[in-house]
Amino acid sequence: MRTKRLSAALSVLLAGALVAGCSSGAEEQTPQETGPVELTFWTWAPNMDKIAAVWNEAHPDIKVTVSKQAGGDEAAAKFLTAAKAGNAPDLVQAEYQMLPSFVAAEAVADIKADVEGVRGEFSDGIWSLVTLGTDAVYGLPQDSGPMMLYYRQDLFAKYGIAVPKTWDEYAAAARTVRAKDKSVYLGGFSTKDPGWFAGLSQQAGGQWWAITGEAWKVGINDEATKKVADFWGGLAKEGAVDTQAPWTPEWNAALNGGKLLTWASAVWGPGVLSSNAPDGKGKWAIAPLPQWSAGESYSGFWGGSSIAVSAGSKHRKAAAQFLSWLNTDAKAVDLLIKEAAIYPAAKSGQKLLTTAPEYFANQPDFWQQATTIAGTARGFTFGPNVNVAYGAYKDAFDKAVQQKSSFADALTSVQDATVADMKKSGFTLAG
Amino acid sequence: MTAIAEKPRTSVAAEKSRPRGVRRGLGLAPTAVLLLGALYCLLPVCWVLAASTKTRGELFTSNAFAPGTGLLDNIADLSAYRDGIFWQWMANTALYAGVGALLSTAVSVLAGYALAKFRFFGRDTIFTVLIGGILVPAVVLAVPQYLLLAKAGLANTYWAVLLPSILHPYSIYLARIYAAAAIPDALLEAGRIDGAGEHRLLRVVALPLMAPGMVTIFLFQFVAIWNNFLLPFIMLADDERFPLTVGLYTLLATGANQPALYNLVITGALLSIIPLIALFLTMQRYWRTDLSGGSVKS
Repeated sequence: MRTKRLSAALSVLLAGALVAGCSSGAEEQTPQETGPVELTFWTWAPNMDKIAAVWNEAHPDIKVTVSKQAGGDEAAAKFLTAAKAGNAPDLVQAEYQMLPSFVAAEAVADIKADVEGVRGEFSDGIWSLVTLGTDAVYGLPQDSGPMMLYYRQDLFAKYGIAVPKTWDEYAAAARTVRAKDKSVYLGGFSTKDPGWFAGLSQQAGGQWWAITGEAWKVGINDEATKKVADFWGGLAKEGAVDTQAPWTPEWNAALNGGKLLTWASAVWGPGVLSSNAPDGKGKWAIAPLPQWSAGESYSGFWGGSSIAVSAGSKHRKAAAQFLSWLNTDAKAVDLLIKEAAIYPAAKSGQKLLTTAPEYFANQPDFWQQATTIAGTARGFTFGPNVNVAYGAYKDAFDKAVQQKSSFADALTSVQDATVADMKKSGFTLAG
Repeated sequence: MTAIAEKPRTSVAAEKSRPRGVRRGLGLAPTAVLLLGALYCLLPVCWVLAASTKTRGELFTSNAFAPGTGLLDNIADLSAYRDGIFWQWMANTALYAGVGALLSTAVSVLAGYALAKFRFFGRDTIFTVLIGGILVPAVVLAVPQYLLLAKAGLANTYWAVLLPSILHPYSIYLARIYAAAAIPDALLEAGRIDGAGEHRLLRVVALPLMAPGMVTIFLFQFVAIWNNFLLPFIMLADDERFPLTVGLYTLLATGANQPALYNLVITGALLSIIPLIALFLTMQRYWRTDLSGGSVKS
C-alpha cells in the first residue's frame, strides 16, 4: 500500500514539473506577441548591459536583455548548440572567423534589407568580413583589429636600428639585433596564433577562402601566403626571430624586460601590453606593419567581432534596428569605446578616439596613426571550418619550427587538412 | 578535483604477526610515494595561494611562489566586478552543489539500499545498466541533456543544472556496495520479525548504518557539482545563474580587446576552494563512525 502511495506521489510530482516546464515556456511567448518586443543578446564585451540600458530607456517598445558570455571558440560552439535546440538568443556576438560557420549551420539570418542604410559607415575591408563576399549581410561589424607594428622606441635607438618600412628591412634588422646582443630578438613567429598569421597573410594579399555561388575555393597555400610563410620560415631557421610560444610567463617576461623589441599585433595591443608588460609603459610606440614592396601601405585584421541576428529570432527587424544603433549611432559607439573598451569598426567611431592610451602617453597621435592604418587593412573571407584550419596551423607549424623544416610544406598540410574537412562535411569545392 | 582519501585500515592481527624490521622497510617506500603525491597535489594550491596575493603587474614578473602585495585589492576588485556578481556566483554554486548533492544522495541511497537488500525482477539488469552508466562520462551527456531540457523549456533555469546532477550512477553503485556490506541481513530479519514495516526499517535501521556512506556520496557529489564546468556552461545563458566555474571563465575569456583578468580569476579560484576545504574539515569526523557503526556479532 505504502509503496503505491509513494509512486503516486512521485508521478504527481513529475507531472507537476512537466506542467511547470510547459507553462513557463508559454509565459515567455505571450508578452512578445502583445507587449513590447523582447530581445536577448549574447556578448562578451564588458558593460554591454549598461549600453543596452541606454537603448532600453529611449526605446520602450524594444527591450534588449544582455547575457554576458565567455568569449572564444567555446562561445561559438555554445551558440551553435543553442541554435540547434531552437533556444538561440536573438542577437549574438560572433568573431569574424566564426561567422561563416554560423552561416553554414544556417544559425544566423541575412539582414541585408534591414541594414542597407548603414553600409557607408564601414570600410570595404571590414564589410567583406560580414558578407563573406556574397550578396547577403550576416551581421554588423562591431570591433576590428587592424594590425600594426609595436616597437620599443628606446631600444631601437640603443641598437641603432630604424623602424623597418619593408619586410626585407625587418629581416635585416632582426639579424643586426641578434649580432649585437644574443639575448635579444627583434620579434617572434607565433605557432600558437593562427589568427595572427592569417592577418599577415591578408596584408600580403592572401585569400584563404572564397565563395562563388555555392562552391568554396580554399587558397590557404596561395602565392601570397606562401611568401609570408617562406619569409618567416627562413628567419626562424637561421634563428633570427624568436619562436617561443607567446602568452606564456616567459614571453611576458621577454616583452616586459626588453628582450623582444617588436610585436606585430593588432590595435587591441595596448590592453595586453599594459597588463603583461607593465614596465614598458611609455617606451613602446606603433608604426604601420612593414610592407612587401616599398611604397605600398597594406595591413590585415587580427581579431574583432560582429553582431549577428540568429535565424530563429522572431524579431529580425527589431534586432537589426538595435544593431544599427549599437554600431553606428554616435552616442552608442562612444559608449562602446568608453564602457566596452573596443576599437569600433565604424569609421565615424574611430574618429571619436582622441586621447592616446595611458600606456602610450609617449605617442599622442596613437589613435590617429591607428585610424590611418585601419583604413589600409585588406579584406578577407573566412571559411566555414576556420577552427579546423587553425588547429592544423598550430600542429603543422609547431612541427616545422621544432624540426626546422619548410614552412611552405607546413602551409600545404594546413591547406590539405582544411580541404579534406570541408569535403567530409559536404561542402561543394570549386576546381 | 579534490580526491577523497580514506585512511587505509590496517588489521591489527596482521601487524602483530610481522617482524619489526620488515615492517619499517616496507613503510618507507609508501610514505615517500604518498609524500610525493601530497606534494604534487598541494603545490598548485600553494601557487594559487601565492599568486592570488599579487597585483596584475607582479603576477608575471615576480617569483612564482613569492607572495605579492595585492590580496585585499584583488578581493575588493573582484567584489566590485559587475556589482559583486562574483558573490552571486558563489551563492549559485552553493545552491547547485548543496541541493544537488543532497537530492543525489537521497536518490542514490534509496536505490542502492533497494538494489542491495531486495530481490525483485530485473534487479540484475538494472544494476548492469547502472554499471554501464558509470562508463559514460558526464561530459558526453551534457549536450543531449541540454537538447532534452531545452525541449522541456527548462534550459537556462536552475533546474537545468540541478536535474542532471541528481542521478549519478557511480553514487548508486557506491550506495549498493556500502549497503550490502554495512547492513547485516540478520538485523533486517530481526526487525521484520519484531513487526517493523519496510519504511520503518529503512528509517531506523538502514539509514543510520549507511550514514558514513551517505557522507561519502554527498561529498563526492558536492565536489563534482562544485567543480562542474561543461554542464552549466552549456545549460545557462544568463550570467546571473552562472556557478563559479563558468563565471570565472568569463573573466578569463574576455575577448581579444580586453586583457584577461588573470589576477581576479586566481583570487576567485582561491575563494572558491575555501568552502570546499571547510566542508571537508567539518564532515571528516563522520567517516570515523564507520568503524564502530553496524557492528553485530557474526
